[in-house]
Amino acid sequence: MLLDKKGKLKALEIPTSSLADIAFLLLIFFLVTTTIDIDKGIGLVLPAKGETKEVHKQNITNLLINAQGDVLLDDSPIEINLIKARIQQKLAERPNLIVSVKTDENTDYWIYIKVLDQLKQANASRISIAEPER
Amino acid sequence: MKFEKKNKVATGIPTASLPDIVFMLIIFFMVSTVFKEFRGIPVRLPEARKLEKLPGKRDVAYIYANNSGQVMIDDRFVEMSEVSQIMYSKRADPLHPLKVVSMRIDQKTKMSVVSSIHEELRKADALNVNYSARTAG
Repeated sequence: MLLDKKGKLKALEIPTSSLADIAFLLLIFFLVTTTIDIDKGIGLVLPAKGETKEVHKQNITNLLINAQGDVLLDDSPIEINLIKARIQQKLAERPNLIVSVKTDENTDYWIYIKVLDQLKQANASRISIAEPER
Repeated sequence: MKFEKKNKVATGIPTASLPDIVFMLIIFFMVSTVFKEFRGIPVRLPEARKLEKLPGKRDVAYIYANNSGQVMIDDRFVEMSEVSQIMYSKRADPLHPLKVVSMRIDQKTKMSVVSSIHEELRKADALNVNYSARTAG
């Protein structure tokens, strides 16, 4: 037993004065290691396997992208930056317009994403991805 | 005659409950920390403006692909024909059923690779995809 000089029992306690320091150290560790990097991207729903729908020709717009990155919107060439405005116009005329995107096998992925981004910016919700030309 | 103020106001912030507050913060950060499980192959993501957030990390499968046609899932190089099998088993996982497939594809990749992945995902009925991109500008 721990007795002091007078023979009385000493108070047995764990010193808690440095508890805050220890806790802060742990806190800083977790603050530093936590990575709150939220992945962002362009969301899309692929068509189910074997799902084909008959669509009125008026309700569909074709976007063709070739290997060089040139875009053809309904048989007329268009700058990628101008797709957004064109699609917005078309959507105003026909709200349930389907945009069909078709690429070449050798098209670069970033061009495809750029076009998709334009469509998303124009708030086109019905986007269909066609198989690339072989 | 000297007068003394009887009621002295205690100054200073009480520090007795400081550890409790700090512990609470620690517990929050411990719970919210999700360590990255794998890194994948280095890819340079394309740029886009209108981006959507992914719902969470636990129900997301990551597919990495680069311009030489290599495909990586869960830190393992896989053949293109294996992708649908892997995705199917991920979708059947009872604990964390797959909700979104995040495609982290290098910007210089040819569309033939991308469409092959599309085809495999459609086979596995994993239709919700997210093309990972960087914020433009």
